[in-house]
Amino acid sequence: MSWVGRKLPRYEDPVLLQGRGRYTADLADGARALRFVRSPVARGRILGVKAPLGATVITAADLADVKPICARLDRPDYVLVAQPILARERVTYVGEPIAAVLADTAAAAEDLAELVEVEIAAETPVVTLDQALAPGAPQVHDAAPENTLIDARLETPDVAAAFAAAHEVVEFAFTSQRQAAMPLEARGAVAALDPATGRVTLTASTQMPHLLRTGIADALGMAESELRVVAPEVGGGFGQKMALVPEQIIAVWAARRFSCAVAWIEDRLENLTASAHARDQRLHLRGAFDADGRLLGIDADVLCNVGAYSSFPATCGVEPLMALADLPGPYRVPEYRVRARAVDSNTCPMAPYRGVSRPVITAAMERLMDCAAFRLGLDPLEIRRRNLIAEFPHTSVTGVVQDGGSYREAMEAAAGLVDIAAFRARQQQARAEGRYLGLGISVFSERTGPGSPAFAARRMAITPGFERVELAMDPSGFLEARIGSSPHGQGLKTSLAQLLADETGVAPDQIRVISGDTDRTPYGWGTFASRSLVIAGGACKLAGIKLRDRLKEVAAQLLEAAPSDIDLGGGRAVVRGTDLGVEIREIARTAYFQSHRFPAIAETGLSAVATYDPYGTFSNACHIAIVAVDLATGQVAIERFVVVEDAGRLINPMIVEGQIHGGVAQGIANALYEAVVYDDGGNFLSGSLADYLVPTMAEIPTLEIHHLETLTEASVTGAKGVGEGGTIGAPAAVLNAVSDALSPFGIAIYEMPITPQRIRQLLRDSRSSPQ
Amino acid sequence: MKPAAFQYFAPRSLDEALDLLAEHGEEGKVLAGGQSLVPAMNFRLARPRSLVDINRIAALDYVREEDATLRIGALARHARFEVPVAAGALGALLPRVARHIAHLPIRVRGTFAGSLAHADPASEWCLLATTLDAELVAARRGGTRVLRPAEFFAGALTTALAAEELLTEIRLPLLGEDWHTGFVEFSRRAGDYALAMAAALLRLEGGRVVEARIGVGGATDRPLRSAAAEQILVGSDGGRDAARAAADAAAQAIEHPLEDVQAGAEYRRDLVRAMVERAVAQACG
Repeated sequence: MSWVGRKLPRYEDPVLLQGRGRYTADLADGARALRFVRSPVARGRILGVKAPLGATVITAADLADVKPICARLDRPDYVLVAQPILARERVTYVGEPIAAVLADTAAAAEDLAELVEVEIAAETPVVTLDQALAPGAPQVHDAAPENTLIDARLETPDVAAAFAAAHEVVEFAFTSQRQAAMPLEARGAVAALDPATGRVTLTASTQMPHLLRTGIADALGMAESELRVVAPEVGGGFGQKMALVPEQIIAVWAARRFSCAVAWIEDRLENLTASAHARDQRLHLRGAFDADGRLLGIDADVLCNVGAYSSFPATCGVEPLMALADLPGPYRVPEYRVRARAVDSNTCPMAPYRGVSRPVITAAMERLMDCAAFRLGLDPLEIRRRNLIAEFPHTSVTGVVQDGGSYREAMEAAAGLVDIAAFRARQQQARAEGRYLGLGISVFSERTGPGSPAFAARRMAITPGFERVELAMDPSGFLEARIGSSPHGQGLKTSLAQLLADETGVAPDQIRVISGDTDRTPYGWGTFASRSLVIAGGACKLAGIKLRDRLKEVAAQLLEAAPSDIDLGGGRAVVRGTDLGVEIREIARTAYFQSHRFPAIAETGLSAVATYDPYGTFSNACHIAIVAVDLATGQVAIERFVVVEDAGRLINPMIVEGQIHGGVAQGIANALYEAVVYDDGGNFLSGSLADYLVPTMAEIPTLEIHHLETLTEASVTGAKGVGEGGTIGAPAAVLNAVSDALSPFGIAIYEMPITPQRIRQLLRDSRSSPQ
Repeated sequence: MKPAAFQYFAPRSLDEALDLLAEHGEEGKVLAGGQSLVPAMNFRLARPRSLVDINRIAALDYVREEDATLRIGALARHARFEVPVAAGALGALLPRVARHIAHLPIRVRGTFAGSLAHADPASEWCLLATTLDAELVAARRGGTRVLRPAEFFAGALTTALAAEELLTEIRLPLLGEDWHTGFVEFSRRAGDYALAMAAALLRLEGGRVVEARIGVGGATDRPLRSAAAEQILVGSDGGRDAARAAADAAAQAIEHPLEDVQAGAEYRRDLVRAMVERAVAQACG
């Protein structure tokens, strides 16, 4: 029986659930505490930094030899802005590190940090998109006129004709407020110098240990091999931890400079203020439709407020360029004009956040579909039926190739589960009683597992993509798989063990997946972009096949049969059709200790290496939300949330559902709750979890999840990634549902999050009673 | 997120605690449940030089009925009120209020008296004490005094308690069976500080409201009684029209609503209106 497809409990869980997991902060014993002195103002000139006598205080003056962080993008419209490790002459956002102090305890370090006197001549900052783009606005960086770091454009030849021929043009501005990824574990770094070798081991809460090593080694001018980066248990990342940050560079620098171990354990205030933000976007969207509701063209102007710097390695292009390429999503868009800009400001820099731009562009596109349907008198399902891509492979107007997608099937399945006709009857009845219910649909594609060709198209100087896996069976038959990906809560190790078990015949509990240690694993890119199951999983399958052949070679000789007659499974090799067999552990033992008998595998022994670098593949889903809006308070309650997901072959359905659960919860958070708020002076107003509203279990409904399983040949396992889909699709479903609920008042929602206060304001501004 | 250095005292008796508070004056702070004080210290928003931890003073840990009042000692935790601790309408009301207070771990530790002494505008107990016109017993070395909420609450996070005083007991009047009560609050997430809340205590005779106490919390710098709403309700049947009129009056009477990112002035009034209307409906339902 196949291990793939089973809801195998996660091997990762017992340790985590029993509190035995070791996170970065658990590994900080004996290290001196590193604490940062951060800018209290959004913009200004540093006049002086005065340290108390005798204290260990690090300032920019100490870092003359340390290179700034430079995220490079090979585009003519890209303005490179170097991020200093510690602010030198100017501060550019609240929370920017200016100095670092070292003390024996975290409390003493905090005391010391308070005693560092920083004198800053504050200046008027640019905080919002409007402020940054206003004529004559102050420039955040001298190098970036009009505060624009990227200005990307694309236009097909006949856009104007499409709009001229349109029966209906739907147009609106859609706004997403800034959000924070909010991993349960904040960031952290423990750097320790080994006095014997001079090497430094950096234990860090990161999604990308190898890239972190590259970035830090480059910044400090050291050989990569002199630095070992270890990602222990990582309590979530969601993209926030796939950025090289000054704090980690300083930690390694300080360990070398002071020949000691230092620990930076980020607190929640720092994480909210100064880690990385996302989703601060405004789109001006126009859609041209013919009389039948067919989309003729899209015209989009996308503005992304990317904060003060461009994060390494993803760059500040991560949101605008994703929007540019993926805005058409699951729809046929014949003509397309788009301008996508990265606008810098005196705010915390952006990093990727689960979904990257697509939660926003999907919400905007799905609002567009509903608005067009309303104008044309079409059912929201029908207008989607007429526009969803149905023939594959499909090359989009932006050159993105979709290998497959079950858009229609997923939507019809979800609609059937909800019974939309019954809902409409209930909605009418409720309205008569003064209760306002709404139903919202969201159909979307999720680009997953992009390999190096996909990232190369984005022209990143560092082009992620491949994953390599090294398999080694030890003499007792236990299998170790060393991967370059760096899971941080996804259950990837269990999924990979299931894939490997099917190829090698070794039970999953006899397989250990090793990740997150640059000394132990091959160079890899880490875990992001819904890539690890697709790419590391593909590499595991390919390596597993090689190892299987080697095991068969040995088994065939032991059993005096042909390798092609050997089956592996259940921890044994058997001669097909007979009861002749041998335990895999016996094969392993013999292969090692009688190696002279097996010249065919002399070169590799029982090891195998494989690299996988696919183009990528698309998963898809349909979300349907049913909400109730309380008119008196503006509160939105989600009554029902249905997901029909197609992630290709399900390696472990329970883990897939876990990804959907977490993703949808974050999507609901994006739609209704979370907003990072600055005032006009660039002061940070969301500095605690009482202000930044992460929803709790009480706010997230029970999710009804159903699967389609359309296999793809675009990945060797038939599986597609599923890490981001929940986050991508949920906001659109919720916003469409709220709009549907409030449609009797002529209210349509073009912003996220949509808050109770805002709903009350819209109700007040609208006609006072329902139509 | 580490507090500034402080001295820590753990007295075993009330007298010892009052001596310590007298000795440390403005530099001292009482630690009971610590659910507000300790986070404030970790943010370094509060920097007491000395903490007087009263948790070992067993004599302060009580809830009992006496002289037609419910007497709540300084160490009675929120969670204690999740089940009825008194008979009658008050006994029924307290659990309905208690479940709105933050989250279980906070309720297990935080205290009723601590909430009052902290005087957060969004405190449920502050609202209830105001609505019921509770007696608040403050002790200092050598004496006690009894304050009423109107004089006790001086503003957001500000009370009439002197630095050397400890709030030792709260006395809530027990309510007869003819009292009907409602309590509702609005927050963005379960357990959050209320953006607005209302308590409606109505005494009915023959289907008519003969006495009304309407309290509004979370909307202004301190909880308040809404005289305007109470006037409308007295003599009415407490039905939908009366509730709506009372709610409108209560909302209009709010003079200086709190304003923050979650709720500006206008929205706060909206919420007061909705909460008062629902609290009255709940009381009369």
